[in-house]
Amino acid sequence: MKLEGVGIVGYGVYIPRYRIKVEEIAKIWGGDAKSISNGLKIFEKAVADYDEDAATIAVEAARNAVRMASIDPKDIGAIYVGSESHPYTVKPTATIVAEAIGASPELTAADYEFACKAGTAGIQTCMGLVASNIIKYGLAIGSDTAQGAPGDALEYTASSGGVAYIIGKDKLIASIEGTYSYTTDTPDFWRKEGQPYPRHGGRFTGAPAFFKHVYNASIGLMESLNLKPQDFDYAVFHQPNGKFPRKVAKMLGFTIEQIEEGILVDKIGNTYSGSSLMGLAAVLDKAESGERIMLTSFGSGAGSDSFSILVEEGIKKIRGKVPSVEDYIKRKKYLDYATYAKLRRKIKVIS
Amino acid sequence: MSNVPRFWRNLKRRYNLIGTKCLNCNELYFPPRQLCPKCRRASKIEDVQLKGRGEVLTYTIIHSAPKRFEGQTPYIMAIIQLEEGPKLTAQIVDCDPTEIDIGMKVEMVFRRIQEDGDAGLIYYGYKFRPIAN
Repeated sequence: MKLEGVGIVGYGVYIPRYRIKVEEIAKIWGGDAKSISNGLKIFEKAVADYDEDAATIAVEAARNAVRMASIDPKDIGAIYVGSESHPYTVKPTATIVAEAIGASPELTAADYEFACKAGTAGIQTCMGLVASNIIKYGLAIGSDTAQGAPGDALEYTASSGGVAYIIGKDKLIASIEGTYSYTTDTPDFWRKEGQPYPRHGGRFTGAPAFFKHVYNASIGLMESLNLKPQDFDYAVFHQPNGKFPRKVAKMLGFTIEQIEEGILVDKIGNTYSGSSLMGLAAVLDKAESGERIMLTSFGSGAGSDSFSILVEEGIKKIRGKVPSVEDYIKRKKYLDYATYAKLRRKIKVIS
Repeated sequence: MSNVPRFWRNLKRRYNLIGTKCLNCNELYFPPRQLCPKCRRASKIEDVQLKGRGEVLTYTIIHSAPKRFEGQTPYIMAIIQLEEGPKLTAQIVDCDPTEIDIGMKVEMVFRRIQEDGDAGLIYYGYKFRPIAN
């Protein structure tokens, strides 16, 4: 779908301060840290503190986005929070965010769930509401404190972090030229009610899930906008590990130079709903006006949303207003496995 | 569950650090007051959004915590003087007990304050963290 006049007014990120290294996790479960690091292309992941969850992370990212955009939060007409780790099963995260940024009460709000692509689904909803003049600004957030079962391969990557984007028509720092989605019923990853950790299909998460959806959504976007990989300065893909985005980029005809800036999984892990959107934020932190970025998310279950984003002149005015992705990546403190297990509530205590 | 309405009544100020100002004497208050103790009947009270930045006036390290905070020990509680003047007590996060100091510049963050057991409500609100240079 081709769009005109709708884009990003501001964005904000949040990454918790704690990290755990692959070696530390591998030591506990008898894994070979070197082969895991080389295979998954990941070295460490971000870990939320004991008093952090998807809601607090969403609020921190949203506050940064509002400060960057310099808008009145009362002008935000819709808030969508995408997460697979909402703190409540019943009770929206979006209302907590709305109150905490001062956007209440005249707005619509809801929580989204679509594994790792719930954040980009929120962006698409906001684009529709803004383009049809139902709202002035929409706030779409991807925020997670992702859980991997102790000892499972997911534990090396499932991390915590969040990203917020304000979508609007004026004061654009980047316009969204178009979006294209590709969705099928593919059970590659799931978690049932009452279960603490998700289950996944192992190798089944690759070819029929991640690669099929990311590839087809990206191809569909380029065909609908009549663009080629060479027309993009950057490409950002969902990054469940460091291997998948690099492989799909090659399949699509993108070069390593186009994708390196947006790959963060090696330093912070897979922030789930925040994953590809965090990569986009890292690219926007550096990009110049006139540059074009492809963003393709992936959510297990499964689907991909692809976007073509053109950086505008306004990007210069907002630089340095709020902490960058790099600022948050640099701010870190390493944990041992026992402290990590306590903070992520993997140890059950009597309450 | 009896705490739910009490928490909800204070939700705006706990989420956003909203204090009050007496327009008669310009004094700022946090937590908010309905009456200015200096001006009494002449009070003219208005809500004020505080910026959430300040410095540590004094602090203590909690080793022996109340029941719901036991998982977080040792943690730091500090009296913070906000840039606008009012003082408040809050937990300091993203800071080890060995790093905290009087005069440290801090900023507000949004965190879980406590949880009403496994099935109860989660109470969110302000804490403070060191301002990164």
